[in-house]
Amino acid sequence: MKSGSNLEKVLAAGHFAVTGELGPPRGNNVEEVRHKAAFLKGIVDSVNITDNQTAVVRMASWAACKLLIDEGLEPNYQMVCRDRNRIALQSDILGASALGIKNVLCLSGDHQRFGDHPEGKNVYDLDSIQLIDTFRKMRDEKTFLNGKELDGAPGIFIGAAANPFADPFAWRVVRMGKKIAAGADFIQTQCIYNMPKFREFVKMAVDQGLTEKCALLAGITPLKSVGMAKYMAKFVPGMDVPEEHIKRLQGVDKKEQGNEGIKIAIEMIQEIRETMPGVKGVHVMAIEWEHRAKEIVEGAGLLPRPVV
Amino acid sequence: MIVGDSKPLEEILEMIQGKEKVLVLGCRGCVTVCNVGGEKEVGILATLLRIARKKAGLAPSIEERTLERQCDPEYIEELAEVAEGYDAIISIACGVGPQFMSERFPKVPVYPGINTTFIGGALEHGVWGERCQSCGNCLVHNFGGLCPIARCSKSLMNGPCGGSANKKCEISPDVDCIWHLIVEKMDAMGRLKELERVWPVKNWITSRDGGPRKRVREDLKQ
Repeated sequence: MKSGSNLEKVLAAGHFAVTGELGPPRGNNVEEVRHKAAFLKGIVDSVNITDNQTAVVRMASWAACKLLIDEGLEPNYQMVCRDRNRIALQSDILGASALGIKNVLCLSGDHQRFGDHPEGKNVYDLDSIQLIDTFRKMRDEKTFLNGKELDGAPGIFIGAAANPFADPFAWRVVRMGKKIAAGADFIQTQCIYNMPKFREFVKMAVDQGLTEKCALLAGITPLKSVGMAKYMAKFVPGMDVPEEHIKRLQGVDKKEQGNEGIKIAIEMIQEIRETMPGVKGVHVMAIEWEHRAKEIVEGAGLLPRPVV
Repeated sequence: MIVGDSKPLEEILEMIQGKEKVLVLGCRGCVTVCNVGGEKEVGILATLLRIARKKAGLAPSIEERTLERQCDPEYIEELAEVAEGYDAIISIACGVGPQFMSERFPKVPVYPGINTTFIGGALEHGVWGERCQSCGNCLVHNFGGLCPIARCSKSLMNGPCGGSANKKCEISPDVDCIWHLIVEKMDAMGRLKELERVWPVKNWITSRDGGPRKRVREDLKQ
């Protein structure tokens, strides 16, 4: 075991893994974190805690991770390269590990021009692939990036993201391969809506032997409404929402659109699980909809979660 | 070349408020080429300042001059006899100009008349694009001749990130995703395999991160 995290153990035991996501509050509202966490307890194997996602300032990811640990959940600490240089990145993973955090997801991070402080200066000392490599080195070689020895190395399960729907498509699997070569133990994908394209992506990954080296978890985000589907299709770069999903939501009563979105999510999970053996689990991102994560996971027949 | 943009006239007028005798100082270097700080632009700015001052009922004492370069002391020296006769000098060279002027003539207030924006080149008449961030360790040959440091919004060495869509960067449809172009270019050259390498972390010591830079050429020093 590299980290002994629940997620690592669930995957090692050959179970179909389920991870969730929780966005920290825009303040120090501890109750909000606990409230959202309660909906995910026992529903997912590990919970991603976003790191100032969309470049909007929120409670520090590591702190929200610690709150989850205290509530008996396992966090997955998301870290972006936008806000920290190599000194802070290494320091933060040591601190996180000291607090009992065992999973980390390495990301470049959304550019600050999207966020609520667009005038800010970014860092990008490292990119996400170099961050993975740095953490692998800290864990396995027990040294800092500069080769100097650590006084206690972090036992961490290292994750990365992949977006099968960004361009150029053919390069996406290669780039995921670079992340795996750098040391990624698991990959969580961007939200999937275009199933044929995802199938093609998985096939390429399987053909290149990548799914043998690394656990691929498929990203699932339920569509809450026609409005959300249209917004994602139009305004979120690298997001691919096919017209058929929008039509299906339009086909039901407005009050029923959320339920229909959940049905679609469940069907997608089932299809992935039954027809894509290269995929080892799902990452359910019920954004600001944590209270409905259970319906999805339960509906897909993935409850109860294994105790390992 | 170093590319710049004129500052708004209002900002310049505010800078020189109360300064009677003013010199607008151009440069025949980069800023002449990018049409922002040469002799022609000196004339335009001086005329605009005169009109504004006249309107405000002030003496329009604005003089014009353009040096060969403002980044070389030998040309700045041409002003040795006259500089202190001005109440203000507006340098419309790149950011080097106002600093070299201030260093040479410490008694004279020097104001920047342009904003220095980037190191780049002309894409077409009237359009310039950024190409270099002066990181001090050029690697463009590894990326099909396209710089990921200056031209990727996140300076990724192992791009493109998940925000690349339709060859455009996630920050704006007006910004090319340079990593998309790098992948295409390397593919066209039959060199795509080279990009499968995991590029290690960059040494930023040679960049501005290593502190303000200075270059000494012993063979040229006198």
